[in-house]
Amino acid sequence: MDINVFKIRRRASHVAFYILAIALFIVFLSPFIVMVTTSFKTLDDAFTVPVKILPREWTFSNYGDAVERVPYWRYMGNTAYITLLSLMGELIVVPLVAYSLAKIRWRGAGIVSGLLMATMMIPYTVTMIPLYRTWHAFGLTGTYVPLIAPHFVGHAYYIIIMRQFMKGIPNSLFEAAKIDGANEFQRYITLGIPLCKPALTTVGIYTFIAAWSDYLAPLIYISSKDRMTLSLGLQQFLNEFTVDWTLLMAAAVIFVLPVVVLFFIFQRNFVEGVATSGLKA
Amino acid sequence: MKTRLTRDDRNGFLFALPWIVGFLLLSIYPLIMSLYYSFTEFSFISDPEWVGLDNFRQLFSDRRFYKSLGNTCFYAFVATPILLLVALLLALIANRRFALRSAARTIFFLPSIIPMVAATMVWIWMFDPTYGYINNFLALFGIEGPAWLINPKTTKWALVMMGSWCTGTSMLTCLAALQDVPRSYYESADLDGANAVQKFFHITIPSVAHVLVYQAILNLINAFQYFTQVYVITTASGGNTSGASGGPENSILMYPLYLFHNAFVYQKMGKASAMAWILMIIVGLLTIVMVKLSNKAVSNAGAE
Repeated sequence: MDINVFKIRRRASHVAFYILAIALFIVFLSPFIVMVTTSFKTLDDAFTVPVKILPREWTFSNYGDAVERVPYWRYMGNTAYITLLSLMGELIVVPLVAYSLAKIRWRGAGIVSGLLMATMMIPYTVTMIPLYRTWHAFGLTGTYVPLIAPHFVGHAYYIIIMRQFMKGIPNSLFEAAKIDGANEFQRYITLGIPLCKPALTTVGIYTFIAAWSDYLAPLIYISSKDRMTLSLGLQQFLNEFTVDWTLLMAAAVIFVLPVVVLFFIFQRNFVEGVATSGLKA
Repeated sequence: MKTRLTRDDRNGFLFALPWIVGFLLLSIYPLIMSLYYSFTEFSFISDPEWVGLDNFRQLFSDRRFYKSLGNTCFYAFVATPILLLVALLLALIANRRFALRSAARTIFFLPSIIPMVAATMVWIWMFDPTYGYINNFLALFGIEGPAWLINPKTTKWALVMMGSWCTGTSMLTCLAALQDVPRSYYESADLDGANAVQKFFHITIPSVAHVLVYQAILNLINAFQYFTQVYVITTASGGNTSGASGGPENSILMYPLYLFHNAFVYQKMGKASAMAWILMIIVGLLTIVMVKLSNKAVSNAGAE
């Protein structure tokens, strides 16, 4: 083959690749674009055909109206409170359990590891009804306890991520501390915790996003309006005959923004979380 | 045989205790109770009353039960493989050395962390037949877009579109696998004069097969639990006076959604528990089959 033809072909496929990639970028970004641009449109503008991407006339009042229509700041406070307690639970319990599986040689470790995997296969629909009845029997439906308590026993997936990370820490470090007379708990606190900070960050971010966005648990357990979370609050905009999409999109932007900011701060941890979770085994 | 417990045994147990307690109270106990409930009948306030196999008999003659099972099977066996292919395609793009690589990773992954309720709302708005961006975009090319979430023929494909946007986690797993393929494989293939398609099928696919199968298992299990999106869509689109809609002609009445209706709308907790256990058995069997297949796939890939 003529070397020039080869070069041209290469360049053509290069250009084609860029076009494909950029087209996909636009497709994947479009829901974000729709959300943001709609939130700055007037209602008339949003309901005029043909729809323009950018607002014909920019308005900022949707944000103010959205947080007045429903007690949005209150919902945000509720959501933040639940998220914070959930974070606390996972960050205390996950490293404890992971440490016992990665760094202590005990007889039940194998069984617990196996059961961890098994629990991830149990559909939530199976445990949903008995758990609802149990919380109900204790008079705790309507409170945040059923939402937060599960985070205080450690999520199986997070424990697995953390265990894989801890396995990578050399045992010699712990043995040296043992010779110096540190007991198991001291070794855990002074060595284990500081050494697995990156994995703790990953688990923290996953927990934050899961708790912040949780929908099913609030849907089942929270009924009173002033205890609702953002995910339920957002639905309040729908429970009318006509949906005011401009307000709804403004509310959605407020809901989504903390997660997006968090993502850009901790972007690397997301990738590492998948890479270190042993999924590649 | 009696052996003394060592200090390590005690410490290990104590460290793992919170999870063990949680496992017993939040997994094992509900699992057993759920099985018992499936043979009983009760509402929010009443106590379970033994009815034997009544719930199962009811379900097996319930058209909506089969409808929901069919819908979920569509999502599991048609949508999920499509979504995995999309994830692989995105990973291939994000793995290629080009100027926009890190942008690609960010843009393809970001949607999967957006709170599902918010994302679903945005999509409902985009799917609006008259004012939605999708049909307005299609109109630029003279195409009249369908009433995505209103026409029972298109609702499921709307879900597939939504799902394709959210494949970030699968994409990352595929990406990690692609990065592990040694470059030397491709270099020696280049020397042998292999073209891109040959390299893709003879090097890339066998090298990532085990990860694809693993991700397929996870996605399949998740597909059987697909709930939030359809719940939001069905409560958002009107005609929802009973509080339990399955979308146009029940076309997006997914299994978990119908289960939820039974439990929390119709207050047939026993029937819902029976559904839950049927789901549990399906998911369990699928997991076993897929794990067996994946072991086979891995050993085949190793043999090549």
